[in-house]
Amino acid sequence: MAHSSTYKPSTGIERWFDSRLPLPRMMHDQFMVFPTPRNLNYWWTFGGILSFMLAVQIVTGIVLAMHYVPTTEGAFDSIEKIMRDVNWGWLLRYAHAVGASMFFLAAYFHTFRGLYYGSYKAPREILWILGVLILLLMIATAFMGYSLVWGQMSFWAVTVITNLFSSLDTLIPGLGTTLVQWIWGGFSVGAPTLNRLFALHYLFPFIIAGVVILHIWALHIPGNNNPTGVDVKTPKDTVPFHPYYTIKDGFALVMFLILFGVLLFYAPNFLGHADNYIEANPLQTPPHIVPEWYFLPFYAILRAIPDKLLGVIGLIGGIGVLFFVPWLDTSRVRSTSYRPIYKWFFWLFVIDCVALGYLGAQAPEGWYLFFGRLCTFYYFAFFLIVMPVVGLIERPKKLPGSITQSVLGPDSKRPAEAPPPRTAATAGEGVA
Amino acid sequence: MRHLSTFAAALLAALIVPGAALFAEDAGNGHGPEIKAQEWSFAPPFGHYDRAQLQRGYRVYKDICANCHSMRLLSYRNLGEPGGPEFSEKAVDVLASQAQITDGPDDKGQMFQRPGRASDRFRSPYPNDAAARAANNGALPPDLSVMAKARPGGPDYIYALLTGYVPPPEGFEMTQGMQYNKAFPGHQIAMPNPLVDGVIPYTDGTKPTVDNYARDVSAFLMWAAEPKLEERYKLGARIMIFLLVFAVIMYLSKRAVWARLHRRDHADAT
Repeated sequence: MAHSSTYKPSTGIERWFDSRLPLPRMMHDQFMVFPTPRNLNYWWTFGGILSFMLAVQIVTGIVLAMHYVPTTEGAFDSIEKIMRDVNWGWLLRYAHAVGASMFFLAAYFHTFRGLYYGSYKAPREILWILGVLILLLMIATAFMGYSLVWGQMSFWAVTVITNLFSSLDTLIPGLGTTLVQWIWGGFSVGAPTLNRLFALHYLFPFIIAGVVILHIWALHIPGNNNPTGVDVKTPKDTVPFHPYYTIKDGFALVMFLILFGVLLFYAPNFLGHADNYIEANPLQTPPHIVPEWYFLPFYAILRAIPDKLLGVIGLIGGIGVLFFVPWLDTSRVRSTSYRPIYKWFFWLFVIDCVALGYLGAQAPEGWYLFFGRLCTFYYFAFFLIVMPVVGLIERPKKLPGSITQSVLGPDSKRPAEAPPPRTAATAGEGVA
Repeated sequence: MRHLSTFAAALLAALIVPGAALFAEDAGNGHGPEIKAQEWSFAPPFGHYDRAQLQRGYRVYKDICANCHSMRLLSYRNLGEPGGPEFSEKAVDVLASQAQITDGPDDKGQMFQRPGRASDRFRSPYPNDAAARAANNGALPPDLSVMAKARPGGPDYIYALLTGYVPPPEGFEMTQGMQYNKAFPGHQIAMPNPLVDGVIPYTDGTKPTVDNYARDVSAFLMWAAEPKLEERYKLGARIMIFLLVFAVIMYLSKRAVWARLHRRDHADAT
């Protein structure tokens, strides 16, 4: 939340800096004393976790790039060389591969949290749109990164996904084919394709980092939403970001790292596909081409729609529809906790996404296809029908008078101008 | 309003119940023959390779598998590295020198043969894939370097495959030149049964049976695919202990910090 600066440069060098580049002032105002709602639960810790994971991916990725060879002959072997002969190479490579999964896991939690608590509603529309843009960039980056392994699954995933553009041939004959050949740099997925995917895979994370900065900037204008969805009304509703949320985010991050560590050290290939340890072979198609788990719901949508072009539109629309969520939701209140009808549809939507993930891994035939279509229908119906309609007909539950009241109960006194706490004062106990 | 949420609940149930049924069905038919999980010394989280088993496995690989299968990602020096079969330096030199390696060109531009060195890659049985196919009835014996990670089930699958040669069931139509195998997807495999009881002498008292050969060579291939497994488990244990202690400290710190706020609330209320 925008607030007047409380930074007081105390030393000469700080004053010197402050009148030239007030970076310490920004850090102080935006990260130390930044007023943050006092009732944020653990679902709010994924923002910090995501920043950490982006850093992990960039750092491990840069070192991996120092050893990786982006040629069709060298790619697969150079990764095995990293695994065998590079100092700590196995750790870097597994951290990067498992890290991608952990990154998406956190991103999906973060997105569902935003959906549940209405964090996209005014005045946070741009914040939300930037978040969807980051998700889109992450998807592109992960897809390109997966191709670099140059295993069977990498190669055929690139072939299948890039080929989707050829569906544009049904609109303008030749347009899709031309576009696909332009993307490939040839007449099939090959050396030029791998080389450009590598270049772009190195570039995109820095674009993501840039959009993340805008995302945080957009967050710091209105300030955080919170589980009640009620705006901050008095300073008593907030606590300074440090130490209250640095410590809470820190604890959540360590718990997250424990899960990361279990996968990284004890089951690094659990989320991967065995076929990707077979070097790419353009002459042999694997029996089942499946993407990594984090793309499975979208893959299920693609395959549920019988028409190729419409399938591609469904695939893109699955993410694209998120951009319009701030205007699709007609509810007067933000938090789903106060929405008795919408709540059911929301959790059904979560189950729907998990079900799509499961169906995306199955062959699209028989009952799998039937349920794939049913789930795809609900996926879009949730955004295009449930969100606008339920918001209009539903009567929300009574909101708490303030954030403080939601924490301490309705009869708590609210001394209007109590300063944010900086030190321990008196003994007592409250709510965790 | 009331019936709307009932409707939502019904829709939810309609989606979950058949979903669960699908899941149960899938466990039965799967994507290939069912592979039985074996007990391995290198199972997480505290496992390690059995050195003697890897050394026996190398013998099985070298005497049997290496006649048709390459292992181009491994070098002889790997056999002496920590976390693997850990042959002595001398033994590694001997094992390497048993292979004739093509080197060159020499000063006259000629390629020549020389005994292998520890730094050489494992010698491949065929100069190229075409030669391998020509010698194997058109079938290409796959490289075994990462085989234990390149098939679902890994070492369990390799063990099941090597012990899975049985006569085909009544009425099963076999293609010419193929063998029946319980574990192989589709049950028809081009590779003839490679293992026979007693074909490789074991010197450490282990019974020279097909079952032991299969088990040992599966363990060896697992090491070949994942040579840093022991290092990974060891580092993992240290990092997990660190993280667990760190988590407790962070939790207590978080409680302590937030207690300040709770004290203030209490003070305000009174």
